[in-house]
Amino acid sequence: MNTDKKEKGRIGQFIESFGLPRLIITAFLLLLLILAPFVGADLPTQITNIIARFSWNGILVLAMVPMVHSGCGLNFGLPLGIISGLLGATLSIEFGFTGGLSFVMAILIATPFALVLGSGYGWLLNKIKGGEMMIATYVGFSSVSFMCMMWLVLPYKSPNMVWGLSGKGLRTTISLEGYYIDTLARFLRIRIGNLEIPTGTILFFALLAFLMWAFLHTKTGTAMTAVGSNPTFAKAAGINVDKIRLLSVVMSTWLAAVGILVYEQGFGFVQLYMAPFYMALPAVSAILIGGATVNKATIMNVIIGTILYQGIVTMTPTVMNNMVHMDMSEVIRIIASQGMILYALTRKTEGAK
Amino acid sequence: MNEQNKPLLELRNIQKDFFGNQVLTDINLTLHEGEVIGLVGENGAGKSTLMRILFGADMIRETGGYGGDVILNGETVHFSSPFDAIAAGIGMVHQEFSLIPGFTTTENILLNREPTRSNVISQIFGDRMNTLKRTEMDERAANAIEIMGVDIDRSMVISDMPVGHKQFTEIARELSKEQLKLLILDEPTAVLTEREAEALLESIRGMAARGIAIIFITHRLQEILSVCNRVVVMRDGYVVNESPASETNVQEITRWMVGREVKGGEETSVSSRNTETSKTILSIRKLWVDMPGETVRNVSLDVKEGEILGIGGLAGQGKLGIPNGIMGLYPAGGTVLFDGSEIPLNNPRRCLDSSFAFVSEDRRGVGLLLDESLEWNIAFPAMQIQNRFLKKYLGGLIKWRDENAIREITEKYIDELAIKCTSSRQKAKELSGGNQQKVCLAKAFALNPRVLFVSEPTRGIDVGAKALVLQALKNFNRESGVTIVMVSSELEELRQSCDRIAIVSGGKIAGILPAASSVEELGALMLSQVI
Repeated sequence: MNTDKKEKGRIGQFIESFGLPRLIITAFLLLLLILAPFVGADLPTQITNIIARFSWNGILVLAMVPMVHSGCGLNFGLPLGIISGLLGATLSIEFGFTGGLSFVMAILIATPFALVLGSGYGWLLNKIKGGEMMIATYVGFSSVSFMCMMWLVLPYKSPNMVWGLSGKGLRTTISLEGYYIDTLARFLRIRIGNLEIPTGTILFFALLAFLMWAFLHTKTGTAMTAVGSNPTFAKAAGINVDKIRLLSVVMSTWLAAVGILVYEQGFGFVQLYMAPFYMALPAVSAILIGGATVNKATIMNVIIGTILYQGIVTMTPTVMNNMVHMDMSEVIRIIASQGMILYALTRKTEGAK
Repeated sequence: MNEQNKPLLELRNIQKDFFGNQVLTDINLTLHEGEVIGLVGENGAGKSTLMRILFGADMIRETGGYGGDVILNGETVHFSSPFDAIAAGIGMVHQEFSLIPGFTTTENILLNREPTRSNVISQIFGDRMNTLKRTEMDERAANAIEIMGVDIDRSMVISDMPVGHKQFTEIARELSKEQLKLLILDEPTAVLTEREAEALLESIRGMAARGIAIIFITHRLQEILSVCNRVVVMRDGYVVNESPASETNVQEITRWMVGREVKGGEETSVSSRNTETSKTILSIRKLWVDMPGETVRNVSLDVKEGEILGIGGLAGQGKLGIPNGIMGLYPAGGTVLFDGSEIPLNNPRRCLDSSFAFVSEDRRGVGLLLDESLEWNIAFPAMQIQNRFLKKYLGGLIKWRDENAIREITEKYIDELAIKCTSSRQKAKELSGGNQQKVCLAKAFALNPRVLFVSEPTRGIDVGAKALVLQALKNFNRESGVTIVMVSSELEELRQSCDRIAIVSGGKIAGILPAASSVEELGALMLSQVI
């Protein structure tokens, strides 16, 4: 009886620390993996898909970390960084770089855009402390809409990118064939039967994740966490709170820019116009599924969250569609991602002081 | 006064403790119709608690109720909420205004008690949809204002009014309640100009003449003497004196307020040293600080090297503003000279670089990273300001947190200050108030400051922890030769720990006395320039 109670307490504690929604999602993913062979899906292919999608999205999710640490909340303004990345990508192609070099150049060209846009964004967020996430959402919306016009107007000339008939204005989808498609994934790629691991992309993510982890262990990184934890404490310890917050926003924007380039090299296409619009919520959702809160996030949250989220995104279409012969995937994905965000935001008050 | 009659209100043996901490002991008080009594006492003497009991505040019930009887009109009453108290005829005007800025005087006075007439819509949707009877509202507001004997514009919007009129509106609201028999005024003159205060006193006399009993709480003793029939003095939860206002004077009341009963052999050991000859290490000139509720108006003060200087005074007089202003947490002006060189104000970093340290009175808000470990809390400022607890790589380009050094220093302070915790990695929010305060001290000690500002070091912590905290400060001062400026509302604590005590009153230094001075002398200074 007594041990029973103790056992119950321990399970309760485990649920508490792991989080009930995360537990449900993990169980759901495992169920999908178990079901997959029975409905006729090839398990190694499915796992290959999960790993690939993890490698594409990991850095975009990692981009959430600095702003969560500095107390700016979840970066719903991710599209701003993605736009910097897209500018890098299109300009790199426009300037005629090809192959692996075009990827490096895309990052280099995207960097100044990310720094400038990120600084402006950070300056704005410093003006509206307390309402960061709402403002961030609208920064994302408006920047995407603005760029929808710019993609048409900017004088791009490369025949690989502009509309065929008029010869001006960028196409919605640009193939990366001949540019940096699979640049990272090809590096040390492992193939075992149907299982394929894009080692290079994972290593690149690991490198950035390590750098982020290391940064959080430095003096400035420590200050960033403290600013997020209690800005008044940080101010009393002589820290320039606004500067640290600005730094975190710039970091997040730059990571988003690099993140989208890595995503493209795996996906094989540059997607313009409304595409960046749909990138922020999955990233926010992934880090929350990983166990982060509005003001605490670790690298582990990023890794676990991305695997769980992308796992569900890849598995549901195959398994569910085979089972019910109806396209349920999108519905389930939306319920999982939006529901997770909603859940995390309602829990915000508990984490707050 | 009609002393022969049955009293309107009688308090018998009122007792109240907060979790074993006795704050009211055997309070007996009677009040007759039309009588005005003045209630005075230092902060923490128990005035507010007593009034809360009388007014049926939720907080009293939540903390375990009270002992003794409240007898109103010969009946024992037990209010379970302020609404019951209002229904029984008790009105209270709080120090903070509770008015709606965009509404007119009339609307505020009769809020939620408006006379109404039913209409078509209210027939369907219920009484909340009734039409207001504007003319009747105006009449009732006019009546209430007339009782006070002042002239305020009934149609003026609250946000356009001077503070004095807002205060009158609050009182008029209470007066407009027909059943009102007893009015409690909690420091109503604190925000008023002298002229307005005079008008208020006049209206108190007018109300009393109409048979309303009034309990008047204030720090301005002169007002009490001019308007009250009786003065009740509280100290440490006891009523220490009750006498007719005509038979006493300001000096006497002051003595009752602050004077300790000297019990044989229990006189606190005062260990002050003479520091007059030491050199001045910190010199403050014409300091003003805009800290809400603790405005510093014009402070000039010299701190001697190696001393413990106490700063005392009543709440709201500006003593807390001094360290907060110097440390750059609130806008400030004036000059601060440290060791001969000027310290720029409004810049926390420069103060910290000049080896100042500050233990804030707002432990949870400013003092701690509640969600982080003790290690972080203690080592963080020293790491950020003095680059300690860091390992440097690549010629100082990378400054890596040195976890071992951080744990070492944290454990050292956990031992030294006897901080009760499960480990140095425990989160700060999980500690008790006293232990959190010790963490705040450790954080400041770790900076190895030359001047340490400590603000309300014992606020909200139990007696045992209090003694430990004060001893730790004293040791730090004696062993490391650190100059300490200690701000506290508790005179006794300052007298025990400090060498000299500066008393702040009205945002200025009212005087500096050696710690051995009597409580009466210090108390007189406290009240000297109260605004």
